[in-house]
Amino acid sequence: MERDATAKLTERVQAAAAARTPLRLCGSGSKAFYGRPVRGEPLLLQEHSGVVDYDPQELVLTARAGTPLAHIEARLSECGQHLPFEPPHFGPAATLGGMIASGLSGPARASAGPMRDFVLGVRILTGAGQVLHFGGRVMKNVAGYDVTRLMVGALGTLGVLLEVSLKVLPRAPDQLTLTFALSAAQALERMNGWACTPLPISATCWDDGRLYVRLQGSAAALAQARRIGGEELDAAEAFWTSVKEHTHPFFHGAGNLWRLTVPSESAVFDVPGRTLMEWTGAQRWLVPDDARAELHEHSARAGGFATLFRGPEPEPSGEVFAALPAALMRVHRELKRTFDPYAILNPGRLYADL
Amino acid sequence: MASLAEELRATVGAANVLTAREACVAFECDGLTAYRHVPDVVVLPGNAAEVQAVMSICHRLRVPVVARGAGTGLSGGSLPIAGAVLLVLARLNQILELAPRRRLARVQPGVTNLSISKACAAHGLFYAPDPSSQIACSIGGNVAENSGGVHCLKYGITLHNILEIHVVTAAGELLVLGSEMGEAPGYALTALLTGSEGMLGVIVEVTVKLLPRPERVELVLGAFDDIGACARVVGDIISAGIIPAGLEMMDGAAICAAEAFAKCGYPTAAQALLLCEIDGGDADVSHQLERVMSVMQGAGAIYLRVAADASEQLRMWSGRKAAFPAVGRLAPDYYCMDGTIPRRRLPEVLHRISELSEEFALPIANVFHAGDGNLHPLIMFDAGKPDELQRAEECGNRILELCVAVGGTVTGEHGVGVEKLGPMCTQFGSAELEMFHAVKRALDPHALLNPGKAVPTLARCADYGALRVHGGQMPFAHLPRF
Repeated sequence: MERDATAKLTERVQAAAAARTPLRLCGSGSKAFYGRPVRGEPLLLQEHSGVVDYDPQELVLTARAGTPLAHIEARLSECGQHLPFEPPHFGPAATLGGMIASGLSGPARASAGPMRDFVLGVRILTGAGQVLHFGGRVMKNVAGYDVTRLMVGALGTLGVLLEVSLKVLPRAPDQLTLTFALSAAQALERMNGWACTPLPISATCWDDGRLYVRLQGSAAALAQARRIGGEELDAAEAFWTSVKEHTHPFFHGAGNLWRLTVPSESAVFDVPGRTLMEWTGAQRWLVPDDARAELHEHSARAGGFATLFRGPEPEPSGEVFAALPAALMRVHRELKRTFDPYAILNPGRLYADL
Repeated sequence: MASLAEELRATVGAANVLTAREACVAFECDGLTAYRHVPDVVVLPGNAAEVQAVMSICHRLRVPVVARGAGTGLSGGSLPIAGAVLLVLARLNQILELAPRRRLARVQPGVTNLSISKACAAHGLFYAPDPSSQIACSIGGNVAENSGGVHCLKYGITLHNILEIHVVTAAGELLVLGSEMGEAPGYALTALLTGSEGMLGVIVEVTVKLLPRPERVELVLGAFDDIGACARVVGDIISAGIIPAGLEMMDGAAICAAEAFAKCGYPTAAQALLLCEIDGGDADVSHQLERVMSVMQGAGAIYLRVAADASEQLRMWSGRKAAFPAVGRLAPDYYCMDGTIPRRRLPEVLHRISELSEEFALPIANVFHAGDGNLHPLIMFDAGKPDELQRAEECGNRILELCVAVGGTVTGEHGVGVEKLGPMCTQFGSAELEMFHAVKRALDPHALLNPGKAVPTLARCADYGALRVHGGQMPFAHLPRF
């Protein structure tokens, strides 16, 4: 399973660059639904795999991008550590590269910070077939532009990820989930109030009239935190996994699933359909009854953004992510040209013209 | 320059454009005082729209621009450049919005770091990054340099604590990057711009994340008679599953200097000490404090003390925070390095630094962010003596090369500026450096923003590398030598 396929991948990308052949970057395909469809020859990345370096004392793990996420999490777990941003896998064979490219963080994002904050270094293959190395394996590093984090969420449009170094952290000794029967509006009020206090909250979720609050820390700290009330949830770990992996019943139904990122205190959206909220209210999953519900407009009015996360009915525009202002889109195009001069890496996956 | 100055006066008001040498001389350097250049024109816009207007004028006339915040940077990032406009953002000094419920503040770039925490203290909140210049340094400069501080291990650097930035491009366009939620569709441009040292855009507004003040804070001082033993404790604490809010180390020279300067109660017989700050909920802090004490005891601490109260904590910190000026009293000049290394290499790197100190016959004191592996060797010298500055710089470069050789970086938090252009050639290959230049061209095609800083040209690297031959091969062999 451990294999360095850099030479072979470099050859493939160089040949594609010479022939101007678009490439579709493929890990395990666990997140193939995410973003716009790409036409191109598949570039298989799973075989470029293996943990290159992991020293728990350094809090840094370096692995090739095809390494299964499950393998990385198991290695960390053996040493009492984890990826603090709780990335969703969306499939049993999800890879490290797909995790970075999609940039998606899980339930702990509101307390631990986004994935972007934990990426320390990358080795990439540019669209010109050059192997470049940015960042490093240390916590603090301000030498050169932060090209490393530019790769997070770029959906493979700026480079083929070869190797990634991540900051990891010790897992909290213990955790506890409390639940409260509350309306969406009451839950928003409660979550945002708690967020202003030093309570050790590591995740929140509201669904179907119930607020779930996960606390973490020492057993003694959790005993203290119980003063906020609520009922203790059994099988809490399974619950949070189901929210993270979208195996929770909320995500089972038909219809388009939208992801809204909005200021956490934004009022409940007046859109007929179903809603599940996370991240103190800053991340909201919506399945509108009407596929034509104008969620980009609703989110923008609240100061946020909407993404058509997955679903059967594409937008008329064909876009998945919120439109960018013209000046900002120009910067995106220039950067795309810089890293992928022949537009062969996942063309159109993020936006039609990137 | 005359017509440029006229246009600028018409835009921001005559009082806010300086051209007289005696007025401009105040801006001749930043915190890296070894490099100076009196700017030809200093312009002080009063708001973001004026910054846009100034940039548009300079873009049209193809005049380079150097942005400057409070001028406390340590790598020459805001060192004026001949023929360039110095764009001073000090007048943009307003906190635009303080939203405690949303745990954020929207501020102009000239607002000082410390004033943000002061403004939100009444709400039980704080802004985490705390560079030692926090009383004077501005948030715009913090973003431009991606500044750190003593609490980075737990709370992260500037990038981890900002949500949205407004940036004016070289052409005068305004870009909003990130959002109140800390993310936005498209590429992670907040990260690209943060720490870009004024090379990619001018920061005109910052939304910072505010955190609830921890319930309880404890500070432990552990001293050791062996610097290697002290360095190993750093890894041991982290291996015990503890992430201290701060984990700072000082060597014997720094301890004595700090004690003489600040009378902070440090054990001057020790070869090294650790300051370990633990914060969080009451019960968690008790639990972790016990673990830290037992790790330090197990490693043979010769002195171990937990600060009794907040005032003793302040006193214990005062020595660390005054360490730079304290070392400054030991020699006419000192040169502060900023490399970061993997923590496990601390003992050998500290040993090697002491050997370099002997080799160059220059005393070196070490006071640094041990938890992050971010070293700050202070090389003491006398610029009045012939060749001492040059020797200090060469010694510093050797230390930075050592950091790179053990898998680290030439700058952890101070930035490259003009100071570390040479050592950057050690850390990056020509292909990476060319990519950095290409990224700059993507945002600043006419090279108008802070040209020549942060990323060395390949010709410069050829020059720098000429003395250093790797594996029998000259680096950049294809380039002409000068």
